[in-house]
Amino acid sequence: MQLLSVFAQRIGYAIVLLIAVIIFNFILLNLVPGDIAETIAGEAGGASPELMEQIRQSYGLDRPFHVQLFSYVARVMQGDLGTSYYFNVPVIELILSRVGPTLLLVTTALLIAIITGTLLGVVAAQNPNGLFSHLVTILALVGFSAPVFWTAFMLMVLFVSILDILPLTGMVNPTTPEGTLQWYLEVAHHLILPAFSLASIYIAQYSRLARASMMDILGSDYIRTARAKGLSQRKVIYKHGLRNAVIPVITIAGLQFSYIFSGAVVIETVFNWPGLGTLALDAILRADTPTIMGILFFSAVVVIVFNLLTDLACRIVDPRIRSARNA
Amino acid sequence: MNSFSRKLIAATALVVGTTSIGFAADEPKQGGTLNYINQLIGGHFNTNIASGTPTGIPGVQLHCALLRFDSEWNPQPFLAESWSMSEDGKTLTLNLAQNAKFHDGEPVTSEDVAFSIETIKANHPFKTMYEVVESVETPDPHTAVVNMSQRHPAILLAMSSQLGTILPKHIYGGEDVDIRQHPNNAEGTVGCGPFTLTEFKPGEYIIMDRFDDYFIDGRPYLDRIVYRRMAESTSRVIAMEEGEADMYAWASDPIELNRLKRSENIDMTGTGYEAVGALQWLAFNLEREPYNDKRVRQAIAYAIDKDFILNAIMGGFAQRSVGPIHPGSIFAPEGVNPYDLDLDKANALLDEAGLPRDEDGVRFTADLDVVVNRGTFKRMAEYTKAQLKKVGIDVTISVTPDISAWIKKVSNHDFDMTIDSVFNWGDPVIGVHRTYQSDNIRPGVPWHNTQQYKNPELDALMDQASTEADPEKRKALYEQIQTIIVDDAPIAYMVTSPFHTVWNTDRVGNPPVDSIWGTQVPWDNVYIKQ
Repeated sequence: MQLLSVFAQRIGYAIVLLIAVIIFNFILLNLVPGDIAETIAGEAGGASPELMEQIRQSYGLDRPFHVQLFSYVARVMQGDLGTSYYFNVPVIELILSRVGPTLLLVTTALLIAIITGTLLGVVAAQNPNGLFSHLVTILALVGFSAPVFWTAFMLMVLFVSILDILPLTGMVNPTTPEGTLQWYLEVAHHLILPAFSLASIYIAQYSRLARASMMDILGSDYIRTARAKGLSQRKVIYKHGLRNAVIPVITIAGLQFSYIFSGAVVIETVFNWPGLGTLALDAILRADTPTIMGILFFSAVVVIVFNLLTDLACRIVDPRIRSARNA
Repeated sequence: MNSFSRKLIAATALVVGTTSIGFAADEPKQGGTLNYINQLIGGHFNTNIASGTPTGIPGVQLHCALLRFDSEWNPQPFLAESWSMSEDGKTLTLNLAQNAKFHDGEPVTSEDVAFSIETIKANHPFKTMYEVVESVETPDPHTAVVNMSQRHPAILLAMSSQLGTILPKHIYGGEDVDIRQHPNNAEGTVGCGPFTLTEFKPGEYIIMDRFDDYFIDGRPYLDRIVYRRMAESTSRVIAMEEGEADMYAWASDPIELNRLKRSENIDMTGTGYEAVGALQWLAFNLEREPYNDKRVRQAIAYAIDKDFILNAIMGGFAQRSVGPIHPGSIFAPEGVNPYDLDLDKANALLDEAGLPRDEDGVRFTADLDVVVNRGTFKRMAEYTKAQLKKVGIDVTISVTPDISAWIKKVSNHDFDMTIDSVFNWGDPVIGVHRTYQSDNIRPGVPWHNTQQYKNPELDALMDQASTEADPEKRKALYEQIQTIIVDDAPIAYMVTSPFHTVWNTDRVGNPPVDSIWGTQVPWDNVYIKQ
């Protein structure tokens, strides 16, 4: 019951935060020089003053700032994110068509990172000065320091150019009918490179995190108690140790789920993955304000939702947080 | 597929290929899919409202146009099978193909031609194309008569696909229709071109299929074109090397081109960009000091080694450009001052202009505006900064992240100098005059006379050249015009943009590179070899 009221309170805060985000985004984007009339004129190779005026009028850009702001906030509250200036389709449609590929990419990358990262860290923690532990440290350092686009290109050169076992870019061959078995297989095949490239940064972080947290826990009293009970090493590590060692990983992963969207912009561009990242980049380069604001709004929702879920997940995994905060 | 089975198939193909090579050499074949990649993908396919090339490439596959042009700048029949200009040069009669149909089965008539010309006149950014057209008469369904208020030699070039196509009036016409936001610009597009629109995913890909009722017999050869966007240069190179893509146009990164040049089955050419005529230059703001002094502008032009830009920055993939008109044009400048590198002369001119060096050796400071995401611009800006330092000009490079912000700044005359790329668009009347006419200074509008250069003598000469029908006399006028402009130096001319078309020689037959418009033409002659 207490959990529910905390949750309700959080949702209340979230809604206020969202409105603030909308207003803030709108003001910021209006400070940026350049608008859609300039983009259209730029792509058309020129224009007349009348035409540019006409474009601004048809997008309502000739109205006073506060009128534009008010009508935008009102529309977003009704669930209408407007129409993309550039693509001429509703923003919500654009976002929904791109959110699937991004979620697929980001979740796959995150899962790869959590599982490999944690396992590497846990194994390394059992012998902190061993060769394997040092290897993991080096791998973590390289993975974390290398720019993700560089890692992506190197993997691309290795697996596409040299070994020729993975497809280059895109999510699927455009001519494959959607929903067929072949379509799913193609998506999976195309997913491997971008997902591992994106995961490379996080594998590094999670392995460090899991290693440190595991080492910490292995020295604690209850582990010694478990050992004293005569439990096998395996049981001690994977049943008692891992469950606690994984808490910081979950916390960070939850928080990072939203950050990982930004890493996805780069990876999506490199691999032509048809997700939100490429859409965001296109929209920014073309001053397509409704689309940029739509994506920012959507990302804000994602960040807030994941913070809520992380909070909830930690409370469920660790009863101490539950009782400590509600005491 | 694993690499062994791929190699096995490749080997088999090789054996089959060699046995058939004797008779299959240059005979176009029906069928096959052309995998085309492009750095950009447009938002729609209506070339009557926008000149952008990402709109043009798919747009001219879906829509047909009145004329084509060969590589020698001669008009060739397309939808107009023949045409004649009246003695006074004010009436153009077009005779249309009898059997042309739109993708929905409706015939293409002179009504559609009249409607399309009016649409272009009202909506296309290049006003000079049809500004002098007073009316289009339609005496019968296959004859269109264009009446003009004055001689207008550029009108034939304006009728090539990239600059506007024939739209079906029954779909795009009607009262209260806003052609700029017409749904059929991007979805369910109906045209009379060689390919029909099958699927368009904004920002991702376009699938176009053969139009079986195309009015030219036996064409097109291709069954399908898959146009995919590939934004990253490394991805494009690997896609070409791996055979994942067959062709791409508008490649302009010298590093990318250099690498592709070394691949065996890949060919490339810089021809086919003559009509677009892209020049990269350094423009001045003539309303600001000290750029209002001709000697200062000339000095800056002398201080920059154009051959260094050509060879080191452009990797030899561009051409020198010495005047307002592209070297590939029939009106290219011949005897103008090329401003070859001469630091002594530059210093002397700056001394003469009364700009002495201070104790740090600096004469004055300057801002150089550049858009960051436009290929070689940044490198040119950095080189310019280093060179101008040698003559005592302290340059600060001001980087704008995107094109619309740069347009806002430069079109409102808030700049000292800027690196820019401007297109000629075939006839000087369409793409050259706009940069120099004193009545085309329009704040807020991109690519007007942003330099704010005013020369009444030049204005008169340009007016004369736009109505001169005799090609020889017209060429002489443009030589005179360019001599004046180059001497006044509102712009320091550098190089052409290093655009290239790249294709896989094992796959693509008749690549669209044999006309002044290059890939911006219907690919109804292109075929797949295997």
